[in-house]
Formats: sequence, structure tokens, C-alpha cells
Amino acid sequence: MAGNKGWYKWKWVLFFLAPSLAGLLVFIVMPILSSLAYAFTDWNLLSPPEFIGFANFQELLGSSRFWLALRNTVFMIAIYLPLAFTLGLGLALFLNRRFRGMLIVRTATYIPVIASWVVVSLVWKWIFNPSYGLVNYGLRLVGIEGPAWLFEPTSAMFAIVITSVWKDMGFIALLFLGGLQNISESYYEAARLDGANPWRLIRHITLPLLSPTMFFVVITLLINYFQMFAQVWLMPMANSAADRQVETIVTEVVTNAFSYNRMGYASAMSWILFAIIFVITFIQLRLQNRWVYYESD
Amino acid sequence: MLRKFSIVLVVLLLVLSVAPTMAQDNVTVRYFTFSAAPDHLEDLDTIIAAFQEANPGITIEVSTAPFDGYFTLLQADVMSEAAPDVFELNYENFVVYAANDTLLNIDSYVSGDAPYYPRALEAFQYEGEQLALPETFSTVLLFYNADLFDQAGLEYPTADWTWADAIAAGEQIKALGDDYWGLFSPVQFWEFYKKAAQQGECSFFNAEMTESTINSAGCVAALETMVSFFDTGIMPTAAQMSGVSDSELFLSGKLGMIVTGIWMFSAFEGADFAWDIQIEPAMNQHGHHFFANGVAVSAATSQPEAAAKWAEFLTASEVAANVRVTSGWELPALDQPEYFAAYLEQTPPANRAAVFQALESPVTPPVIERQGEMQDAINGLLTQVVDGELTAQDALDQAKEILDGLVK
Repeated sequence: MAGNKGWYKWKWVLFFLAPSLAGLLVFIVMPILSSLAYAFTDWNLLSPPEFIGFANFQELLGSSRFWLALRNTVFMIAIYLPLAFTLGLGLALFLNRRFRGMLIVRTATYIPVIASWVVVSLVWKWIFNPSYGLVNYGLRLVGIEGPAWLFEPTSAMFAIVITSVWKDMGFIALLFLGGLQNISESYYEAARLDGANPWRLIRHITLPLLSPTMFFVVITLLINYFQMFAQVWLMPMANSAADRQVETIVTEVVTNAFSYNRMGYASAMSWILFAIIFVITFIQLRLQNRWVYYESD
Repeated sequence: MLRKFSIVLVVLLLVLSVAPTMAQDNVTVRYFTFSAAPDHLEDLDTIIAAFQEANPGITIEVSTAPFDGYFTLLQADVMSEAAPDVFELNYENFVVYAANDTLLNIDSYVSGDAPYYPRALEAFQYEGEQLALPETFSTVLLFYNADLFDQAGLEYPTADWTWADAIAAGEQIKALGDDYWGLFSPVQFWEFYKKAAQQGECSFFNAEMTESTINSAGCVAALETMVSFFDTGIMPTAAQMSGVSDSELFLSGKLGMIVTGIWMFSAFEGADFAWDIQIEPAMNQHGHHFFANGVAVSAATSQPEAAAKWAEFLTASEVAANVRVTSGWELPALDQPEYFAAYLEQTPPANRAAVFQALESPVTPPVIERQGEMQDAINGLLTQVVDGELTAQDALDQAKEILDGLVK
């Protein structure tokens, strides 16, 4: 059966993969490569692109708006990542228990994940409303005058992070839950026989065996949150300082591409974002040996 | 056999010779619009039916998009060489499209005797060429709650008012209670260039458009007047509004005056208080927005005559004008007072004549190719002035620096 090997086999593989490969090439690979080419051009979408070398990269490295967007992105990630990670893990540990009605609880925690950002932002805009919102109402009950959340840049970023954590927690918990349920019960039984208390079970069994999932969660959250867009686009209140100052890299890309018609500049910014995410992910991959434990090792 | 072949050949040649004529007589003009959907599609159909009846052989094929996504779609069409034959443009985007050679010089295709407002026609000229026809116009006026004026014992605003009069009245209305406000006139790019024109000695750019003059003493004075609406406590900040829109605040009956567009007439119709309009107060002179939408023909169209014919009919025909006025769509940019008789009779507001009074002091926006960046930069700096982070002079000094970079 020489026909099942070599080129003959690959021809059939390619034949069956062709429809999806064609889509991938046309809608993903080609636009990505095109955007790299456009990053070196001045292109307003109405006239043909004009090659300008590294001018877009030079301009954006000297642009205060770009640095503000990068600073905002990093600031929000710095709050979001530990918060989402910890609360997601805590929720997963809770959901990993067995009790009556757990299926409903698990489903309920996942509903925010599938909710549209438009709907979520409307609800949370009301919750964060400085005059009649729930958050400031609660703060007033304990004698604190809350900030004008979605009107001021700093408080708006906190509000965006809180909303994002609420929305993403179900997804993160689901990932952790998968990891938790892969840990064999026999490890816990053996440890209990040796007299281990619940904290030692978590410290010496759960956490090490969950580290590959933790690593995956951290990488995924970082990559996703560097590309945050919808919440930043939708949540700050119109015509407020937050509306004009809370920009992230992706909102800047969209604004430059479609509001300012600067497709070349926006492409350059996208590639800078790609480089940042690539470097951070690469460093994490290199550092994983220090803390990630794979059972197969 | 040869005979049969010859007959078939002759018939074929006849058909082929007639085909181009048939094709020419039956052309389809693709028209792209943002102003018709969703409320005026039937009105547009009425105009199209009248046009097609008057021009047999030309079919109008309409596609629509909401304003927010319209220009992205139009750009994509132009970029992919699939531009609609005729499309709507607002004034700011007209300049960008004109500068990129995407519009047909329509001069030689239109009759030239349509009664457009001269100022509106001029607005759609670029480097001496008529690259679009004015379709509609709109403006912004001072709306006031007559009941609150009565309650505060104030005379209603007059055409002679200055902003000092408006502030004084606003203070009296504010005194009616903590949740009452005197005035709402947003501090943003669109209001700023108009207030700058009212100030009289402020221009965003020099005549050659090579350098910004936005930090001149006149511009600083105009901005300080705008910010004084907050300083005097008569106008709520964004946080004090707490997400309530300016029109909702006016409709709540707690706002004395609002500077907003005439497109709000229908929204305010159901107000449970008496209201009317007046031209805007002056600083050193009057100045009113002149917002215009135009209709352009694509430079790439294969049927310029039919396309231009449709553009002219849509913008200047009596049918189109009547449909627009009676349906409350937008006002045609035509200098034909008789078309507006029905419009002037409708109430509220009683003083609709103010709409046409405003046309005596029209102000068009400063437009550069990098318009969006200019607007966002100025808006950002104005917010900082409102928040007390920058003085008017500092903000406009920074604005000058940015604008100089954008027109380089």
C-alpha cells in the first residue's frame, strides 16, 4: 500500500483541507501579511498607498497618545491579571465541590462570559453611575462618597477592570475546573492517609498539578487583555474626560484606521502590539520551567 | 443550410447593433445614503418614483447605512473600485473625498439653473470645481423653556441677546432650585469653532491653511466665555448629568436653555411645557452652524449623465423639496421661500423663522484632511480646560502645536 504514504497521502490531506485552508489564507494570513506591508506606507484608503519606510514606526514611538495607550493597557493588565486569576481560581475551587444545585451554579457563573459586551456595558454603566448607581449607593451607606466612576480616567479604568473580571471569571474558572478535575483523587487519598491538612493538600498537590493550567491561563489572559477593545470603547461616558483619555492600543488602532483613515499608521501600531505580546509570551515560555510542573516530566 | 446560417447571422447582427442602445436607455444608478434610513425610506421611494417617471430608462438602486458606519463602508467601496454612482457626503468628508480625486466634476452635467443657496453651493466646490450638489442644511439654535422663564419672571430671549444676557437669565433660572439648570451649551469642537466665529477675531488657521492661529487672543476669549457657563454654575458638568443626555434634561423641564440642532424639533414636540427657539446670542457678532449634506457623483461612474441627473433631481427638484419639508426629513438647501411655507406654519416652535434668520450668519467648520485627529485633539484639550487642568491659553497653545503638525 505505497499509495497511502508520501505525496499521494498528502494530496488527499490537502484536498480535504483545501476549503478551510483557503479561508485561512484569504481571511487571516493574507490580511496579516498585507498589514505588515501597509505598515510601511501612508494610506488613507482613498488614494493608493505610498511607501514611506519606517516613518510610521518613528512617528508612533514619538507619539504621546501611543505611550498613553500603552500605559493605560499595562495599568489595566496589572490590576486585571492578579484579580481575575485569583478570583477565577477561587471560583473553580468552589465549583469543584459537589453539592445539590451545583449544575445551576456552574451555568450561572458562565452566563456573563457569553453575554454581549454591549449588554454588559449598559448594565455596569448603570451600576457605576455616580448619582444613582448601586456602587456609589453602597458606598454612601458606609459614609463614603464614591468617585464619578466612568467620567474620570483613573476611576474609569478601575471600573473597566472590575467589569472585565466579572465577565471573564466564569471562563477562567472553567479552565481551572478542567485542570482540577484532571488531578487524580488518589493523590489526595494518599496524602490524607499521611495526615495532610486541607491547606497542605492545596499547597503540595493541587497547586503543583494545576500549574500547567495556571500557565495556560496567564498566557491566555495576557494575550487577550493586551487586545482589550469592546469594554474600553463602550464603557466611558460620552463627552467625559474618561471618554477622551482612556485609550488602549487596540482602540488607538481602530481610531487611526477607521476614524482618521491612517491605515498605514494603524498597521504599524498593530505590529508593535504583536511584538510586545510576542516578547512577553516568549519570556513566559522560557520561564515556565521554573514553576510549571508537568506530570509527564 | 447556408441560407439558414445567413438568416441567423443577420438576426444576430441586428440584435447586437440594437443591444448597446437598449443598454444605454436602461441604466441603473446605484445610490448610497445615510440620511434616509430608517425613517425616510418611503419618502425616498416617493422621490425615486417621481424621478423614474420623469426619466424612463434610469433605475435608481438604493443602499443605506447608518451614519456611524456609512463612511467606513463608502471607503471600502471606493477602495475596491466598487463605489456607488451617487452618494451622500457631509461637508467635512466632502473635503477629504474631493482632495483624493474620488468625485466627478459635475459642472458640465447639471443644468446650472437650480435655485440652491449660493453659500451651500459654494460649500461643495473644491479648487474651483463643483464636486457635489448641496442636498440639505441644518443649523443650531437657542431653545428655551418658556415656562421656566415665566417662573423666574424673565423676558424671553430676543435676537439681540448676547451671551452675557443668556448667562444672567441662566443664573435666575438656576436660582429656582438645586436641580434646575440655566443653560446647556456643550464645550466641544463643534461649538468652539462657532463661538470663535461669534467672537469675530478668532480663526483656527491662517488664510493659506499652513499654520494654526487657534491660540490668538480672540480664540482664548471665545473659549473662556464657553467655560464661564460652568464657572457661573448655570451649566451641569458631565458628572453632574450622570449619564442623562442634554435633550433628556431639557425634556425633564429642569433646564432653561439648550443650544442644540433644529433636528430636535420632533423630539421636543411632546414636551409638557411651552418652549420656543431664538437665534443664538452673539459675542461680538452672530454666528450659526451651517451643516450641509451634499450629493456627489463618483469619479469612477460609468454613467455620469444619468448619475448627475439623479443628483440634481434629488437635491433641487420641487418634488424632493416638498417631500423633505412635509415629512420633516431635512430642509432642502434651496433659496425658494415658497417651499418652506408649510414648514413655517408648523408649531412648536412658534418662531421657526429663526431657522432662516440663522442662515444670515452661517459658519462652516474649519476642515483639513486630518479632520478627525484635529477634532479629537481639540476635544481632549477642551475637556482639560473644563476640568481645570489647563487654562484656556495653555490648552490653545498646545492645540496650535498639534494643528501645525496636522497641516504640515
